[in-house]
Amino acid sequence: MTGGPVLEADGLSKSFGGVQAVRGMSLAVAPGELVALIGPNGAGKSTCFNMLMGQLRGDAGRVRIMGEDVTGWPPRKIWRRGVGRTFQITQILPSFTVRENVQLALLSHQGKLFDVVTRARRAQSDVADALLQRVGIVGFAERACGLLAYGDLKRVELAIALANRPKVLLMDEPTAGMAPAERIALMELTAGIAKADGVGVLFTEHDMDVVFGHADRIMVMHRGSLIAEGTPLEVRDDPEVRAVYLGSSLDPEGP
Amino acid sequence: MGPHSSPRHLDKTTLGFFLVQVLTGLSSAASLFLVAAGLSLIFGVTRVVNFAHGSFYMLGAYFGLTLVALFGDWFGRGHLSFWSAILCAALVVGAIGALVEMTILRRIYRSPELFQLVATFGVILVIQDLALWGWGPEDKLGPRAPDLRGAVFILGQPLPRYDLVLIAAGPVVLGLLWLLLNRTRFGILVRAATIDREMVGALGVNQAWLFTGVFFLGSFLAGLGGALQLPKGGADLLMDFTVLAGAFVVVVVGGMGSITGAFLAAVLIGQLQAWGVLLLPQSTLVMMFLVMAVVLVVRPFGLLGRPELVGHGRQMLDDPLRPTSWRFKGLVLLLVLGLAAAPLYLGTYGLVLLIDILILALFATALHAIIGPGGLVSFGHAAFFGGGAYAAALLVKYAGTPMALNLVLAPPAAALLAIVIGWFCVRLSGVYFAMLTLAFAQIVWSVVFQWGEVTGGDDGILGLWRAPWVRGRIAYYYLVLGCCVAGILALRHGLSSPFGYALRAGRDSPLRAEAIGIDVRRQQWAAFTLSGAFAGLAGGLYAYSKGSVFPNEMAIVRSFDGIIMVFFGGVQHLSGPLAGAAALTWLKDSLLRLEMWRLLLGLAVIAIVILFPQGIAGFLKQRFGRFVGIRSELSS
Ligand SMILES: Nc1ncnc2c1ncn2[C@@H]1O[C@H](COP(=O)(O)OP(=O)(O)O)[C@@H](O)[C@H]1O
Ligand SMILES: [Mg+2]
Repeated sequence: MTGGPVLEADGLSKSFGGVQAVRGMSLAVAPGELVALIGPNGAGKSTCFNMLMGQLRGDAGRVRIMGEDVTGWPPRKIWRRGVGRTFQITQILPSFTVRENVQLALLSHQGKLFDVVTRARRAQSDVADALLQRVGIVGFAERACGLLAYGDLKRVELAIALANRPKVLLMDEPTAGMAPAERIALMELTAGIAKADGVGVLFTEHDMDVVFGHADRIMVMHRGSLIAEGTPLEVRDDPEVRAVYLGSSLDPEGP
Repeated sequence: MGPHSSPRHLDKTTLGFFLVQVLTGLSSAASLFLVAAGLSLIFGVTRVVNFAHGSFYMLGAYFGLTLVALFGDWFGRGHLSFWSAILCAALVVGAIGALVEMTILRRIYRSPELFQLVATFGVILVIQDLALWGWGPEDKLGPRAPDLRGAVFILGQPLPRYDLVLIAAGPVVLGLLWLLLNRTRFGILVRAATIDREMVGALGVNQAWLFTGVFFLGSFLAGLGGALQLPKGGADLLMDFTVLAGAFVVVVVGGMGSITGAFLAAVLIGQLQAWGVLLLPQSTLVMMFLVMAVVLVVRPFGLLGRPELVGHGRQMLDDPLRPTSWRFKGLVLLLVLGLAAAPLYLGTYGLVLLIDILILALFATALHAIIGPGGLVSFGHAAFFGGGAYAAALLVKYAGTPMALNLVLAPPAAALLAIVIGWFCVRLSGVYFAMLTLAFAQIVWSVVFQWGEVTGGDDGILGLWRAPWVRGRIAYYYLVLGCCVAGILALRHGLSSPFGYALRAGRDSPLRAEAIGIDVRRQQWAAFTLSGAFAGLAGGLYAYSKGSVFPNEMAIVRSFDGIIMVFFGGVQHLSGPLAGAAALTWLKDSLLRLEMWRLLLGLAVIAIVILFPQGIAGFLKQRFGRFVGIRSELSS
């Protein structure tokens, strides 16, 4: 399996009522590669993510994880095949501590969800802390997650997503709500992890500095369809992309 | 199958009989439809399941009774007098509904679902006592409608003339509702609110009055249903729960928020009852169960329901589980020691009360595990409490097995029941779960109640003698203390295990839970089953403490006791149920001496929902938590 893409999708489509949210999206992500999926609000990026991990069932198309067809599987099964994700609206467990959020993912990875004997709090706290250390919030390990600032929640989510040593990371607007410096730091961290562990990362992002600074490849969606794909340089000079973005905001220098 | 049917008329009578049976079914669908339609309308707009809807139906019957008599005296016993009395009864009930909305529900629309359900249940208690006070305990015969006495004959078979009115009532009301909802401004707002609540706010409509109006309409329909069935069924004090379970089944089968769905489901259930009575008199409820089961498997949101209508109420945030401090452990130890020494300082009466408290605390802790960490409001846990009690009693009666074995078998028996009921219920969450558990528990209760040959019916099962080593009250007290303390500690421990964490994760964020490999439903199902087992243990202990069991042990009121205890104690706190059990037992013990204790309890419940939502344990945690090393973080 080495060398082949860790994530592949063919012809994904989804419509809600009369709205065709995604039409015929195909993509592939190689190990260690960072692919940015960009496009204006409502382009269909989140819907794509939801189909990739099974939160939504597509109308058509197939998804493969490391060569295995996982179309129609529920998220929990896809997760067990090595897919971690973060959500546009952060999904953490507010009534758990930060560390426990990660511990539970670790416990699940070990197949201990029906263990009624041991104490969850004691399980692998060192591994959990190492993950928290990696995303830079080990200082908050004991805090109730519901009390954290938004930017920190995004980091917790990343730590959770990393808990089962994923081969694929899906990150829907991972840096939303963060200060610019924080964004760059988080994406640098993600890129480091991707390169070190050979994780394929697909992410959406509105901050063009982040996108052009970190993506190996960029895919541009508009009204559910892919309109351009290529290296950052190729995409930046694509006239259709420029039209969609009204020119200005595509320059890393800012609007 | 009239006594005078002779073989020669078989063909004709068979056909006539068939027709009459269908018509009887249609007539019994009418009241069910009216109640369910009101329930559905109110839910659609306000997202509150009004548990007091059965009580409005009962009030409709009683006010109908009074007004028919009154109008009869004033205006004579003609058509106009009778029918305007029925209509006025419904209007009065509508006004009562509006009043309840304005004084109670309006304050808690933003509260978690549990609070709303508990508040409407408080209203049930208040109305029960008011009805008892106003109309007395005897069942009342309904008045006859003028010119509709006797029967019409259909192919030689008699059909009560009044049934024709009821048969017409369903479609007529359905038609009028359709006109109201599709041809008036009020109706358009109602429909808009049912589809998208924010939209109504955007339209600049006074939401408060829309909600009150819908409550009036829904309560009016329930009252009309109660008043209309008077000539057929009369009025009694049990009507509220009987119709409530039926209405829940209809709403679940028809689909929440859909009036037409409610009509179809009512017709379906009506037919089922008509034919069920005939084929197998004791099977009607089981058949109702089967129909509901089949519909839920095929169409989880009902025949005409839409999934998006079943929203999740506002979540309560509880604090992370922290390691228990030594001080807290010391406090628990002191409490247990104090309890162990109780026979030294308590008399017989006090000890009996304490046995009740301990058993109920175990029951409440089991229920709390599902409601709090599980996030599922079960209104049917009496089925498992009673299930355990009846398992023990039936074993005594039919197998003559010894007490110890029966107490060991009670939990698995209750768990078995929970596996079956849970399988259907965890497929749905939110208010659906509450309604379904209530309906299933009511069905279990009815089976026990109706199946007299096996369960003793209303007379219960007597003669559960304790084994010689715990025959004395004090010895049995220690057995109960041991079982309950062990059970409560086991449940507490379970919640801090990976299993308990995964359960709580499913409540906190199903999306996140599924995205880290947790099968939320399976976790809930297993927890529901475990919780049922512990409730069953409590039930078994209870049966042996009383020496007998009665259907009351699995009645709705028992489920509600459980909810109240959890609620009194504070949903967000693991120690809540114990405090709640003590509070409820004490409260009932003091109130029972008074007349109208249900009224007072109901008012207390409503007051607590509105004024004191964090419960006793929450209050203690806030005031004294620091002393035992507990902080309030998220909850308050
Ligand atoms: N659950 C849903 N129901 C109806 N329409 C939806 C739903 N989810 C997304 N859409 C629609 O699909 C389109 C794509 O949305 P989305 O995937 O969230 O876009 P993006 O993430 O690129 O902003 C939008 O027009 C949105 O309104
Ligand atoms: Mg999005």
